[in-house]
Amino acid sequence: MIVIPFKAFALIEVDITRGNLNPLPLAVSPLSIDEQSRKSFENILKEQNIGSEISTIVENNLRTSGLFNPISKDAFLQAPDIANLKPRFEDWNLIKAQALITGKVTYVDEKLRVEFRLWDVLAAKEMMALAFTTVPNNWRRVGHIISDKVYERLTGEKGYFDTRIIYVAEEGPKTQRKKRLAIMDQDGANNKFLTLGNELVLTPRFNPTSQMVTYLSYFKNLPRVYLLDIETGTQEVVGDFPGMTFAPRFSPDGKKIIMSFAKDGKSDIYTMDLENRLVERITNHPSIDTSPSYSPNGKFIAFNSDRSGYQQIYIMRSDGSDVKRISFGNGIYGTPVWSPRGDLIAFTKLHKGKFYIGVMRTDGKGERLLTENYYQEAPSWSPNGRVLIFYRETKTNAKGEGFSAKLWSIDLTGYNERLVETQTDASDPSWSSLLSN
Amino acid sequence: MNRSLIISSVLHGALILITAMSLPFLAKKPLDIPPIVSVELIQIAEKTNIPFAPKAKKIIEEKKKKKLKEKEKKLVSEQAPPKKVKKTKTKTVVSLDEKKEKIDNQTPEAVPLPDKTVKKIETKKENKQNPDKLDQEVKQVSEFEKKEFVDLDNIAKLIDKAKEDTAEVVKKNNDITQDQDKNIVTSGLTLSEEDALKAQIFGCWSIPLGLPYNEDLLVRIKLMLEPDGSVAKTEILDHARMNKPGQGFYKVLAESALRAVKLCQPLRVPTTGYERWKELQLNFDAREMLEG
Repeated sequence: MIVIPFKAFALIEVDITRGNLNPLPLAVSPLSIDEQSRKSFENILKEQNIGSEISTIVENNLRTSGLFNPISKDAFLQAPDIANLKPRFEDWNLIKAQALITGKVTYVDEKLRVEFRLWDVLAAKEMMALAFTTVPNNWRRVGHIISDKVYERLTGEKGYFDTRIIYVAEEGPKTQRKKRLAIMDQDGANNKFLTLGNELVLTPRFNPTSQMVTYLSYFKNLPRVYLLDIETGTQEVVGDFPGMTFAPRFSPDGKKIIMSFAKDGKSDIYTMDLENRLVERITNHPSIDTSPSYSPNGKFIAFNSDRSGYQQIYIMRSDGSDVKRISFGNGIYGTPVWSPRGDLIAFTKLHKGKFYIGVMRTDGKGERLLTENYYQEAPSWSPNGRVLIFYRETKTNAKGEGFSAKLWSIDLTGYNERLVETQTDASDPSWSSLLSN
Repeated sequence: MNRSLIISSVLHGALILITAMSLPFLAKKPLDIPPIVSVELIQIAEKTNIPFAPKAKKIIEEKKKKKLKEKEKKLVSEQAPPKKVKKTKTKTVVSLDEKKEKIDNQTPEAVPLPDKTVKKIETKKENKQNPDKLDQEVKQVSEFEKKEFVDLDNIAKLIDKAKEDTAEVVKKNNDITQDQDKNIVTSGLTLSEEDALKAQIFGCWSIPLGLPYNEDLLVRIKLMLEPDGSVAKTEILDHARMNKPGQGFYKVLAESALRAVKLCQPLRVPTTGYERWKELQLNFDAREMLEG
């Protein structure tokens, strides 16, 4: 009898628990455009090649996120029009691109039509293909929307590029500062001033559900809370309140404003229903309670209070019950802002003469300081909860003379810090939700 | 008389002095004995030999059985090595893995032996077929070596004996413990082989940072590999999750893992034992990195 040796091996398993956090190399091919369309857009938009311009917006957005590394266009081997039909994946692989964006722009019925495709170079397959049609003037937004779609497809979370930032534009010497409300796209383009600068404006905050803004403006030396509709330009006073009013902010459903009133040497937190204008007191404590911020589900409120002797961050239920201190580190904590994802609270911390922007979990654990400087504050979250924008004051020269206030952004890794370009000095930024939602 | 008494007294005195000086223990200080620490001997088997969970135990038992089968084969060749072959083995430098391959593998992917070795094995085959020649060869070796040379019948007996022995061992240690599991691992990749493969894939895997860290972020991919380490086929084991609503992050993670595999190929797999690793499962787990 012949015995054939038989051997079966168990499937070998290898656990991969680490990877690299390097930005993903990708290629953004210029969007191809036929000559007739190019000329039409050149007449309307005064842009020589709208296809290249849109791809540049996409490229810049993805680069500033810190998660992608767009490859220089000089290295591209395939022409944009052919790449959009069928990329030669070997060519893109050769320049180490792992993803490829191609597309086409056409002028159809006086409208801009953009189609784009996202390709997985290594798998040699299409990952996504979409087309947008809009008025030609919206071409920058198309670039932002494409960036958001690519970001979401490759990272698994929503993007934040098709958004706006409202801030206080500042000009003039510190003693006679002219402060105006201004708004711009998140990349600094399309800057517009919303107020004239006759009155001092402070702390503008976006409504998470609409293009409505609430802010403080001084009238007869008393701050008033205003509502401003960005789309229509209409503005209204929310109400005159006794004493000083601070830091108004919308509730997650956009139906309430939460703020603090100062009276008789103490300050408490109140909400106001925007439909019936009823005011409700949330805290009642002899200490100073300020900077309230709702959790995204509206069930909790984070705020800062000096009830323990010096300023710390507290959370409570939205009815004011169950107040709990969450910050216990050294220093003074302020301006808590709950992340739109709900997992973190951003804050400003003052310790040993330096200001820090940091994040902690909602139970106060896992404090991480993302950036430090001599003066910086007012963090505001991007709608996906990955990036914070804040403002920083610096001296204008090495001798410590003059000062300049600028907007900066930093992501949760703490490594991707960037200056957000503005026409003037800027402070108190607030990030809008996604416009395309 | 008085003189004798004086001499005797002096001598006795001298004797007592010498005795006193020659007894060192009299001058020694008492030993500084540290306080007594009681040592209790306890049985640690209960703590270290923790029985596996029933499911794991079943899997391990299967592995154990395979291991035993391999061991039996080993026993055959180790207990009855033909003298000539044994000599050539000592001359050639063979790694542990290769040795294992030689012993328990007659498959084509085994390491080709040096010409010299092959030649000697062939000689041995001739001996088997030609009893006369075999006798001559046997005559050349010592009496001790002759005893080591076992014919096929004896090998069969030894197999049976080995089976009985191992069966007894298995019977005695019915509960397989985690300590014993170390032996089972030898059927997979060695630690250095696994480390080399991991290090390669770590470098290729760009983890999508936007993933929620509190979700189930484990992607299991089965690979069919070519002998040179290139990937012939990939299969996502939980493929159904790819298109489930609300599981978009899983798709993103799975795609990133597939990209890593493709980017990395050919994978750094061992140069030998293709049968062992031609199918490989990679478990991509991003939780550690994202929780960071």
